[in-house]
Amino acid sequence: MKAKEFKVTWGMVVDLDKCTGCGACMTACQVENNIAPMVDASNKMRTLSWMLVYELSNKKSGAEAEVAYLPRPCMQCGNPACVPVCPVIATDKNEEGGIVSQIYPRCIGCRYCMAACPYHARYFNWEDPVFPKGMEKALSPSTSTRPRGVVEKCNFCHTRFMQAKDKARQEGGNPESLPDGAYMPACAEICPTGAISFGDVKNKEHKVFELAQGKDAFRLLEKLGLNPQVYYVSKREWVRKLGDNYAATGKPGAAKKHS
Amino acid sequence: MDQKLQELWGEVMEEKKQCKGCGGALPFLIGFVAAVIAGWVLFPNLLYSKKVQPVRFSHKVHQEQGMECASCHTFRDDGSYAGLPNNEKCMECHADVVGSDPAEKIYVEQYAQKGKEVPWLVYQYQPDNVYFSHKAHESFECKECHLEVGKMDTPPVYYENRLSGYSKQTMKMWQCERCHAENGVSNACHVCHK
Repeated sequence: MKAKEFKVTWGMVVDLDKCTGCGACMTACQVENNIAPMVDASNKMRTLSWMLVYELSNKKSGAEAEVAYLPRPCMQCGNPACVPVCPVIATDKNEEGGIVSQIYPRCIGCRYCMAACPYHARYFNWEDPVFPKGMEKALSPSTSTRPRGVVEKCNFCHTRFMQAKDKARQEGGNPESLPDGAYMPACAEICPTGAISFGDVKNKEHKVFELAQGKDAFRLLEKLGLNPQVYYVSKREWVRKLGDNYAATGKPGAAKKHS
Repeated sequence: MDQKLQELWGEVMEEKKQCKGCGGALPFLIGFVAAVIAGWVLFPNLLYSKKVQPVRFSHKVHQEQGMECASCHTFRDDGSYAGLPNNEKCMECHADVVGSDPAEKIYVEQYAQKGKEVPWLVYQYQPDNVYFSHKAHESFECKECHLEVGKMDTPPVYYENRLSGYSKQTMKMWQCERCHAENGVSNACHVCHK
């Protein structure tokens, strides 16, 4: 199957050297996307975290020990593994901008997509969401709540994209070519160190265009050819190597390719 | 053996002849009509509850004053749609009773002066997982999608689906999709869903 080409390709570039692992992006994401707090979040098989910060370690001790933090949203792959396995087309990559959609009422909860996604970016609702008393009044109108039995994932705060287009129309701009910064997901907006940049990776006027092509830029598991729209930047070689998951074998990462 | 079969066959045919009175066109017709009434009249009546607007708002009177739809149903500065006007907007004219219509008196005395917003019923509310942009559809006339209330003195009855809680008059997904297809607009899921 040939991957669909888009004029606008929303992408995220995360500078792992700037990320302090504070978790503000995770919190902002949960608020924006109406993810109910769990009564017992210790079972990580059942938590929902569209944005998840991983801790990376260079596995050295003493003065040489180093850690890095890696925020992981949905990669919005150019050639997604989750889309072709969905038996009901509840997930699709079809809209200008290249964001992989997930339609909850259509999802039958078979979780093929979860098995297919190598980034573990998809989550299954094992229970109906329970919001603490009063919190249901503070839910965000941007995202619909999901019932038990469906899969959900990050969608780059898609409603913000729609709102940015509406604002462009109101102000006489072109909704198909938004200026840099007009559309910003909650995680990128809140990041206190500015580690997360967001924009159209195909538009030269957007900051991410250059960031994504920098010499220290890489993507996770590029060898799989899924062509993710999320890029990472780190000056540290051991971090870059971990991105391709070759660390265990000691072999170098696959040749860097950019769309 | 053959004889036994023939006897049996004869009995069957005999029974069939006796039964002729219970079949035929008339019972079928009665059953058909009953089914049609049940399916087209009784069931829809059961499925939808009828509700009337809390205030008998006349769009017609307002339109006759030369007001446009957009005079009250406005966009916000960020391009989002404010939808129904609130008391603040209505009270620009109706802080006190200005006409002779009893419905206006009800509005002013029971809502405006008490600082209570009117719980209007919205014929077109969409489910939670729909993102509809009025801004993107601005080039259409309101009445192409909405009930043409501008010519109505009494707001139409609101039909609420007892099972889903949604309005009967709201736009259905196939209608959205057909118009998008006819106009060459994308029907990708995320164009409308959130």
